[in-house]
Amino acid sequence: MSKTTNQKAWILVIPVIVLVAFNALIPLMTVVNYSVQETFGSNVFFWEGIKWFEEVLNSSRFHESFLRQIFFTGTILAIEIPLGIAVALSMPKKGPWVSVCLVLMALPLLIPWNVVGAMWNIFALPDIGLLGRMINGIGIDYNFTQQPVAAWMTTIAMDVWHWTSLVVLLAYAGLCSIPDAYYQAAKIDGASAWAVFWHIQLPKMKRVLTIAILLRFMDSFMIYTEPFVLTGGGPGNTTTFLSIDLVKIALGQFDLGPAAAMSLIYFFIVLLVCWIFYTLMMRDEAE
Amino acid sequence: MNFKKWLLPTVYILFLMLPIYWLLNMSFKTTNEILGGFSLYPENFTLENYIVIFTDPTWYNGYINSLIYVAMNTVISVSVALPAAYAFSRYRFLGDKHLFFWLLTNRMAPPAVFALPFFQLYSAVELFDTHLAVALAHCLFNIPLAVWILEGFMSGVPKELDETAFLDGYSFPRFFIRIFIPTIAAGIGVAMFFAFMYSWVELLLAKTLTSVAAKPIAATMTRTASTAGYQLGLLAAAGSLTIIPGAFVIYFVRNYIAKGFAMGRV
Amino acid sequence: MAKITLQNLKHSYLSDPVGTDDYALKQIDAIWEDGSAYALLGPSGCGKTTLLNIISGLLTPSEGQVLFDDQDVTHTPTTERQIAQIFQFPVVYDTMSVFDNLAFPLRNRGVAEDIVKARVKEVANMLDLENSLKQRAAGLTADGKQKISLGRGLVREDVNVIMFDEPLTVIDPHLKWQLRSKLKELHQKIARTMIYVTHDQTEALTFADHVVVMYDGKVVQVGTPVDLFERPAHTFVGHFIGSPGMNILPCELSEGASYFAGNRLLINCSKLPENGSKNLELGVRPEFVEFDEDGFPVEIVKVDDLGRHQIVVARHENNIIKMIVGEGEPIPSENPRISFSPEHTRLYKNSWVVD
Repeated sequence: MSKTTNQKAWILVIPVIVLVAFNALIPLMTVVNYSVQETFGSNVFFWEGIKWFEEVLNSSRFHESFLRQIFFTGTILAIEIPLGIAVALSMPKKGPWVSVCLVLMALPLLIPWNVVGAMWNIFALPDIGLLGRMINGIGIDYNFTQQPVAAWMTTIAMDVWHWTSLVVLLAYAGLCSIPDAYYQAAKIDGASAWAVFWHIQLPKMKRVLTIAILLRFMDSFMIYTEPFVLTGGGPGNTTTFLSIDLVKIALGQFDLGPAAAMSLIYFFIVLLVCWIFYTLMMRDEAE
Repeated sequence: MNFKKWLLPTVYILFLMLPIYWLLNMSFKTTNEILGGFSLYPENFTLENYIVIFTDPTWYNGYINSLIYVAMNTVISVSVALPAAYAFSRYRFLGDKHLFFWLLTNRMAPPAVFALPFFQLYSAVELFDTHLAVALAHCLFNIPLAVWILEGFMSGVPKELDETAFLDGYSFPRFFIRIFIPTIAAGIGVAMFFAFMYSWVELLLAKTLTSVAAKPIAATMTRTASTAGYQLGLLAAAGSLTIIPGAFVIYFVRNYIAKGFAMGRV
Repeated sequence: MAKITLQNLKHSYLSDPVGTDDYALKQIDAIWEDGSAYALLGPSGCGKTTLLNIISGLLTPSEGQVLFDDQDVTHTPTTERQIAQIFQFPVVYDTMSVFDNLAFPLRNRGVAEDIVKARVKEVANMLDLENSLKQRAAGLTADGKQKISLGRGLVREDVNVIMFDEPLTVIDPHLKWQLRSKLKELHQKIARTMIYVTHDQTEALTFADHVVVMYDGKVVQVGTPVDLFERPAHTFVGHFIGSPGMNILPCELSEGASYFAGNRLLINCSKLPENGSKNLELGVRPEFVEFDEDGFPVEIVKVDDLGRHQIVVARHENNIIKMIVGEGEPIPSENPRISFSPEHTRLYKNSWVVD
């Protein structure tokens, strides 16, 4: 659609800017402030320059939690996106079951995040949890509070449980917007089911899938509450993702300087990835 | 073939329901039964845990607090996002693209980064431990999302609608409220759904910004683990109750969501 | 290539239809001769698309058979029927180039690549697409996309029938005319059976050798454009085709003669029904109504001058009669009287013509 140039449109945007800026800019400035200073409490600050940034970037602790984060995000994207597409493809297109499916599938999305963590904790506990019992029952020694691998698997299973439905909903919406004529034409052209997926369904879902990947990337990169409640970042540091580490440093040890520097580095990484996505998406749309 | 088609969604939904079932199962057990052994269903069925929650103000106030700030946030987010989304979808203006991206970046800001500065900011403006504080803080990520969703819906409405209305002598506010808002009702439904969802499920900021008066249910729950010992049954009951508002909301907007998803951006 | 026979077809979208109203197709028997160009004409919602989808196998009829050359294909899947169908809205595969789009139906059937190339080139030539073969199909205009859809229908040599479902709906008016004559030209060149669905009578009459008129889930007449004009088999055909449509007037019979509002009229009907039959109507096209001093009196309601001719709206008692009068011919101002050409005045019983 062609848009007209109208500088007065700013008036319509002002309320949003004021509210968001209040929440974003002031705290961001506080963080920037901390990130370049040293404090020993009682509001005495010393200028430290980029010392904290160097320290964080060189610390093996940051490297480790960053790698864990990348690995976690990569894994859940690799599971949730294909699984979400597959479920959406096999969902009924119309009829009473559509509502039933949508309501049941959306349920995990609306459960408070700490409840999700607590729920999975109870579900996976080796002594009283259904999942823990079942896995131990088939002869596998499983205890996510003590085994790093089990902790990882449980965290990933929880995230898949929690968020795959978002991908399903988005992909399903994309599928619903494909007119019947495309499927009919494909039949007449003699296309195989794979060709229908590859040449019709996937291209038509591209837009919603980009959004799904973007949302899942952002949210999984910020993940805090669920794994914190489930595993507390442990055993050891094995499931300490960026946000958990950050809160540990800032509130646990009250090292505000390094925490702030880490916050900024962390924020910039998310920003950078999203900016790349956003630009690619906009370029694609312009085409 | 038909069987194969049904298999995946059925298995998937079963997978989704199992942990929820387990939570419900636990909520109807006594603490002794939970710790005493493993059973697939409550053998000594009890409503004790629910009775505690409904009679103890520190518990049920948590729900009321949560619902208050979630409702406030949903209303604030969507009502300020509406005009902004209209501006983005209809007009080109200085810095519009950058502004749009800047808004989206706030959706990307990890709440953990902002937890402490938020505490200081809202203490400084003397809003700490009020519903408004949480409602405003959640605007950080809900407004950008609402603008994004609504902009998508509005771009799908032909511009001729606006032009015809203005030719017919409608003033801008009258046109916006009488004609435009009803046209994109499905979009508003979807935006409200997402605002509700993210505000309802968020814990970190809500917990940071409250202590007593506006304490959300999610934060009340973390208390059971520490002060009152490990009361799993109570925790499970409280958790089960947090599912209900979400289930209600999904049930009422389910048609909007399917329709809204199909026509809009999200 | 094949002759297509539809026997006793009925179709309902409901799982257990009760009355005839539940059926989208009520009773269809039709034969489509090999190599002819047919138009399937009817108002929106009369079952045209349903019929088309049954022929192509996208739908299985509730009752009846579809035969291709006397072979029952009612339950044969679409891919095995060797048909091509072009839809109302263009369908292109966005990710592919124009060339790949056109080659898609052939490649899916395992045709050798050199034959694919030759066929695509030929079809691209027919449709003036040679220059855009390398372009991405997604970037084309609506008519370019619809040409691709057409091209995918034409590219296979072995098809039994090519069906068009209102293919020009989204095309600009001046391109519409161009594409339509292109289709006509193509039909003459490749002599394939074509079925063209439309609700536009001009489109139907200019494209087809035979027009099949559908109304309310039934085929009411199959004939050449001239048949439809001169001898509408059903009052709907008389009314739907022609501009303005046929005058349909009440009629009574007595003593072997037909009367319209008390005026005895001569009509083209060799075997009158019995006296006192109910539900009788007379039909006469406005072209065959003229001013005649020996006719019956009318009152003139209004005259529209359309340039080439004038449309006179007249009234006799409570009946409106439209007539077409040549440009410049005088319209009597006092006591106008009109008569119908007996040769072209038909009798209809329960809406169907009586010969």
